[in-house]
Amino acid sequence: MSTATASADNGNGVMTLENLAKFPEGQKVYSCMQCGTCAATCPYGEDSEFPPRQIITMLQAGLIEEVFKSSSLLNCVACYACMAKCPRGIRLTEVLLPLVKEQVFAHMTDVPAELQKALQNTLRYGNPMGESPRKRALWTKTSPVPVPVLAEIKRPVDVLWFVECYTSYHPRGQDNSRATAKLFHAAGVDFAILGNEEKCAGECARLLGEKGLFDTLTDYNMKLLRKYPFKRIVTGAAHAYDAFKYQFPAVGFDFELHHTTPFFAQHLDKLKPRLTKKLNYAITYHDSCCLGRHNGFYDEPRALLQAIPGVKLVEMTHTGVNSICCGGGGGGMWLDTYYAAKGYERLSERRVKEALDTGADVLAVSCPYEISRFEDALKVQGGDKRMVVRDVVELLAEALED
Amino acid sequence: MAGNIWIIAEAWRGQVSEITFELLALGREVAGQAGAPLEAVLLGSNARELAQKLGAADSVLYADNAALADPVPENFATALAQLIKEKQPAAVLVPLTNLSVDVGVVLAAQLGVPFLNYCKDLKAEGGNLTATCVLYGGKMEATVTASAKPAIIGILPGARPVEQGRSDKAATITDVAVTLAAPKVHFKRYLESEAGDVDITQKDFLVAVGRGIQTKDNLDLAEDLAATLGGAVCGSRPVIDQGWLGLSRQVGKSGMLVKPKLYVMLGISGAPEHVEGMKGSQCIIAVNTDAAAPIFNVAHYGVVGDALEVAPALTEKIKARKG
Amino acid sequence: MDILVLMKVVPDVVEELEVGSDGKSLDTSFLRTIINERDDHALEQALLLKDKHGGKVTLLTLDAPDIDDVLFTALAKGADRAVKICGVESVQSTQTAVKLFGETIAKTPGLLPVDLILTGVSAIDDLDGLMAAPIAQQLGWPYAGVVTQVALADKTATVIKEFAGGVRGEYEVPTPAVLGIQAAEKPPRYVPVAKVRAAMKSQTIESVDAPAVEAATTVEVQQMAKPQVTGHAEMLEGSPEEVADKICELLAKRGLL
Ligand SMILES: Cc1cc2nc3c(=O)[nH]c(=O)nc-3n(C[C@H](O)[C@H](O)[C@H](O)COP(=O)(O)OP(=O)(O)OC[C@H]3O[C@@H](n4cnc5c(N)ncnc54)[C@H](O)[C@@H]3O)c2cc1C
Ligand code: SF4
Ligand code: SF4
Repeated sequence: MSTATASADNGNGVMTLENLAKFPEGQKVYSCMQCGTCAATCPYGEDSEFPPRQIITMLQAGLIEEVFKSSSLLNCVACYACMAKCPRGIRLTEVLLPLVKEQVFAHMTDVPAELQKALQNTLRYGNPMGESPRKRALWTKTSPVPVPVLAEIKRPVDVLWFVECYTSYHPRGQDNSRATAKLFHAAGVDFAILGNEEKCAGECARLLGEKGLFDTLTDYNMKLLRKYPFKRIVTGAAHAYDAFKYQFPAVGFDFELHHTTPFFAQHLDKLKPRLTKKLNYAITYHDSCCLGRHNGFYDEPRALLQAIPGVKLVEMTHTGVNSICCGGGGGGMWLDTYYAAKGYERLSERRVKEALDTGADVLAVSCPYEISRFEDALKVQGGDKRMVVRDVVELLAEALED
Repeated sequence: MAGNIWIIAEAWRGQVSEITFELLALGREVAGQAGAPLEAVLLGSNARELAQKLGAADSVLYADNAALADPVPENFATALAQLIKEKQPAAVLVPLTNLSVDVGVVLAAQLGVPFLNYCKDLKAEGGNLTATCVLYGGKMEATVTASAKPAIIGILPGARPVEQGRSDKAATITDVAVTLAAPKVHFKRYLESEAGDVDITQKDFLVAVGRGIQTKDNLDLAEDLAATLGGAVCGSRPVIDQGWLGLSRQVGKSGMLVKPKLYVMLGISGAPEHVEGMKGSQCIIAVNTDAAAPIFNVAHYGVVGDALEVAPALTEKIKARKG
Repeated sequence: MDILVLMKVVPDVVEELEVGSDGKSLDTSFLRTIINERDDHALEQALLLKDKHGGKVTLLTLDAPDIDDVLFTALAKGADRAVKICGVESVQSTQTAVKLFGETIAKTPGLLPVDLILTGVSAIDDLDGLMAAPIAQQLGWPYAGVVTQVALADKTATVIKEFAGGVRGEYEVPTPAVLGIQAAEKPPRYVPVAKVRAAMKSQTIESVDAPAVEAATTVEVQQMAKPQVTGHAEMLEGSPEEVADKICELLAKRGLL
């Protein structure tokens, strides 16, 4: 059984909290100057016993076991804010936090029920919703354009489109997939999907500390990717993008990789002439943690939106690197009730309040979790009559000539 | 068919359980097909007056024994085994309730015969009993012949309407004696559910409210309906988020997983996150003003209408029926 | 306190079930099995008792595809020993399963003595019986079913059994006894996949040959079919009063009033 790891084996084996100093990334952790920026920027910083700064203190003091026993790391929604802001450039969200969380998770006696169910489902069915794996590609039947499946077409393709879970099963995620398929066609891209063989990339499980589950899924998906000839991978799932980009190279992943939003931005010259329908919307774009802070795609989604005739782009107070997390990352998607029971504000609600303040008609997103999170938050805020949530690809597909 | 058709009457804390009448109704049909008498068997202690209620049967066997005062399945099963040896019924219909199922399985074990489970319908044809059994959580129905003598058959609630098994006819009661030794298992006491702590996963009847209920005050309409049905109120997440109901009342992906016998939905759209928590309900009735609401693809029965009007109307009608 | 947990797998209904070509059994080509949910609760109850009193938890199952995953997961959760009964084709009848378990328990050295045998009170494929009571009968042990709580003391188990409407009953059961578990006191625990992987490396699953038992015959499936599902609600129309009347009627028909 191979084991995927956060950093390539440099002769010291797999990086752990004990041998951290043997890895350059680990060494960096010890360069922390205790400035506290991480805690201050963390959306749940005030509610957390052990923000990154505190973890590093405990690690240095040899008291890390204390951290393992606390459940406060469940508060971390892997928003990448601390990592983006750390003046020492420590890769907190990507490297340190998963290692700590893995131990926290191993020590946890009561895993919140909602989260437990999602993890068990992901292991068993390859998706957190517990839907039948044999129905993963069912959405393609409702696609406006044909969506070829690799196992059926038996020929090499240019783009392997890794669809992912929400975009396969959730009705609003399927809207995203149908739009993406339409855009591939419009851009003249030769693509195919893995169909029912695909399983969750598992990035949220990893960020939450369920590394074993992530490894199991990685083994599976990596074998699957090797089965088919293709040139590059495109995915609309921001978390899968992260998994492929930062984790999979350790198990030999060396394919060209794109997220749909920047990918279509690259194809804008082909798409733009076909974006002929005028959409008279005022749109505000939410920078997702993965795509924005983690990968720096701030301009691409905006360029796409601005290419749509009639669209007026307005910005929220917190954008770019300062964007407010939707609260769904790092397992947060399955901890809403746990947070509610603790009395925390739901981050998606914090975010849509700001979106509503812009007066825009549309909140545009580019991570599949956000659609359901923000639509729900708008309902709770009573803003669902004033504003709708749409993925960038949905808006583009809507603007396409028929 | 040689031998009577028996139904085992269930008495629960001084009352004949409703399922007993459902079994009487079903048993009546089966007895008719088999050309055999329908006989009800009631076991208890000082419970003879309950036997009067079983007039829908051709005859009633009533066994009185102090050891049958408490719900000790072993005693009931031993008593029944004695009666079965003596009277040789063709079939024994047992209510599939938490109370009676243990009597049925212990009885079958004592007699060394199968316990035919999850039966929702039963027929006597050509000297055989044919049962329709609900398997795999309702995903399949099996038609099954039961040839054991006697056939012990667990009947699901709702097999026939309760009314059909009630009768004003005076019951013909025969007192029978059973001998019971001290049981291995001792009943200590009943534990009542504590007021306040409502466990919606344990309720047979749930009235679920969504944003369509509009204001917190309107919750009363749902509470009234739930109280009339003998159930509890639960809700979709926005309703819980607004603080109208406690967290423990939330149904769905991030809430409770419920499978009640009846799930009445007042103003819930049917978001997948909600549906995940209630799709296993046995009967789902949705009331929604929007004819295109996705919940109508999930519900068994749908009403396009104002929940604020339908709920009180329904409460009144049910009250009237229940008397 | 030593506990034996009996577990079996059932068809996973997340996958669409189909009727086989004989018209009276499940099509097995796409069938996936999953641990009987209540058996999982029985295991959890056993582990909770072990957490409290110490002792050994042993699992006994019928062999099935993917059963090793189930057993390693249970070992990773804290069970001490896992035994599977091999050499039986997929067992369709609970009566047959009872005989297989009963004979194996009686004949396999080292499985007994235990203080308790726990198993799920029922399973979605229990057509011709429930497991716990007939096994208790074979062993001559006391039985209690629909159990939701177990406390162990010397030679007695105090169990809570669930009735209707939130009312429960407390019983004293002399041990050794067989209990049919409805639900454990806590939901089954989560075990990180890494621990399961570790269990696969460090622990072993024992196999015993299935005893020869006669197949059960008095319950015979003639036909199996999917119940009809409409995919859309049956709409009730009329004024609120008319609709309410219609609802009352259908509730009465279903025995819900
Ligand atoms: C990660 C995550 C987890 C979630 N978990 C859950 C969960 O566990 N449980 C849950 O419920 N939701 C959950 N949600 C929220 C879910 O996505 C929906 O937002 C929510 O279920 C909608 O609730 P609703 O149906 O009450 O509101 P709406 O969707 O707003 O629906 C209200 C409905 O009421 C109807 N209506 C309006 N007026 C009337 C009237 N007078 N009479 C009758 N009908 C009327 C409307 O037509 C509409 O269909 C979750 C969301 C996320 C993102
Ligand atoms: S990643 Fe975000 S939530 Fe997690 S510790 Fe850093 S700032 Fe806090
Ligand atoms: S922001 Fe960086 S340097 Fe500052 S305390 Fe946090 S980890 Fe240390």
